[in-house]
Amino acid sequence: MRKDLSREMPTPIRTRFQVASDQSLLVYFDSSHSAQQQSQISKAVHEQVRRFVRLLEAEPVQGVRNLHPGYASVLVNFDALQLRHEKLEEILGGCLERIEQVTLPEPREVEIPVCYGGEYGPDLQSVAELRGLTTQRVVELHAAREYLVYFLGFVPGFAYLGELATELVTPRLPAPRKSVPPGSVGIAKNQTGVYPVATPGGWRLVGRTPLKMFQPDRKEMSLLAIGDRVRFAPISRETFAKLERA
Amino acid sequence: MKLIEVRAPGLLTTVQDPGREGFGPLGVSASGAADLVALRIGNRLVGNDEDAAGLEMTLLGGTFYFPDGGVIALAGSNFCAKLDDAPLAGWTSAAVKARQTLTVGATNSGARCYLCVEGGIEVRRVMGSASTHLLSGLGGVEGRALRKGDVLYVAAPKQAFRTFRRRTVNGRGLEKLKPRKLLRVTDGPQSDWFREEAKRVFYGNTFRVTEESNRMGVRLDGAALTGTETGEMISEGVSLGTVQITAGGLPIILFVEQQTTGGYPKIANVIAADMHSVGQLRPRDEIRFERVEMHAAVALLEEQEKWLCSKELILE
Repeated sequence: MRKDLSREMPTPIRTRFQVASDQSLLVYFDSSHSAQQQSQISKAVHEQVRRFVRLLEAEPVQGVRNLHPGYASVLVNFDALQLRHEKLEEILGGCLERIEQVTLPEPREVEIPVCYGGEYGPDLQSVAELRGLTTQRVVELHAAREYLVYFLGFVPGFAYLGELATELVTPRLPAPRKSVPPGSVGIAKNQTGVYPVATPGGWRLVGRTPLKMFQPDRKEMSLLAIGDRVRFAPISRETFAKLERA
Repeated sequence: MKLIEVRAPGLLTTVQDPGREGFGPLGVSASGAADLVALRIGNRLVGNDEDAAGLEMTLLGGTFYFPDGGVIALAGSNFCAKLDDAPLAGWTSAAVKARQTLTVGATNSGARCYLCVEGGIEVRRVMGSASTHLLSGLGGVEGRALRKGDVLYVAAPKQAFRTFRRRTVNGRGLEKLKPRKLLRVTDGPQSDWFREEAKRVFYGNTFRVTEESNRMGVRLDGAALTGTETGEMISEGVSLGTVQITAGGLPIILFVEQQTTGGYPKIANVIAADMHSVGQLRPRDEIRFERVEMHAAVALLEEQEKWLCSKELILE
């Protein structure tokens, strides 16, 4: 049974086009009533982003090359030799009118085993200190919630997960690390996520998973997909080692 | 199948084609040749389709042994190459005899030089492209830069048994397609967030390319933009060539292996017609930005494309 999620939407979601470059256009989704320019993070807005991406993937627009979904927006990249912003806005406007007819699949539930603290979570202690919690409580709070994959971005397979318990909301590191090991589980503000590849990164690292978040030769290249529901399950160092070998 | 043996890899040599579009929803940026104009012309010189894979060399080229010979062309910046002991001109196709060695030296102009071979470099395509994405270890040869001892396969040419014809590039066309240091930009999605004072700094000053620049992004040093609205921004999709202003007020140009989303405000975006110029920037190069209107950006891209596709660009 698929639920019709559109009927649960409390406020109408407005859309706005913004030229981003000579070969891209941003589509913003906004549910706030205020006049402020910035869109806000919300599940209803996220579902519109998903519907829009799903529609454009099912019915590709000639000349559109790529889509970069965000929290409340989709960047549409196009071939500037084939399309103009005005024409694309007209086509996408037509898509947006039909967006409520797009059904979303039932969310998948994914569990990610995490070894917290120690060398795998070098910032667990500092997060605990910043928030006046024990490290054990930080782990409990982090693992207690189900998170939503708002979108994949930044690097291949990096899922922006929200939202963190308010007790855990912590700013980014003042200076980002030059290289974060793959599998590292980080938190930043009200978000959490797992680094799939070694990259520079400013999120506070609380643990690490032995799972491979992104593998191009796997059928599902990315372990997580937009709209998935994710839980973190604390594991011991021994289990981590065993899973890593598997 | 013909082979190329890598005797010395050079500083950073990767297999590149135009890149893989369409995987943005997985967080995968297109990657692809940093100077696509040079790769496309190089492919035309050796009779390939423009999207065939070639080798992208960075600052210092490699040494390549051709056990079976072949037809090659170097395109892009001048890396002072030799075929055995004879100097080899750029932007010109050349017949390589069996057991000859190509030695590509250090640049005396821009950052990148492309080696194109008749038939194209053959690697397993990942997500539809041969392009190496270094950060995520995708594509090319095991997702990495070439190493000494690597052996590359050359695909069979489109037309077999064709006699070699020396091809070179029309000088006027080359002049038109020359990389620039004055990068033309259109407004970025957050241009309005920057006060006039910040825009004056951005458009009125020279910025220096730093050593930390790579295929992901070109980090610039110079006068910091003050009076920037550093309001909280939720992450959104970022486009190729976008100029984001970091917390320190300095610009970064997002490049071919770019992050797909980001949270810094973007003051401007390098136009499509000038992206190949970004691919030729070297550390310590000095650049400036010039704002153009959208219609001008499109006209410049159309003009560039006309040259790239024109018959008269390639001389036989």
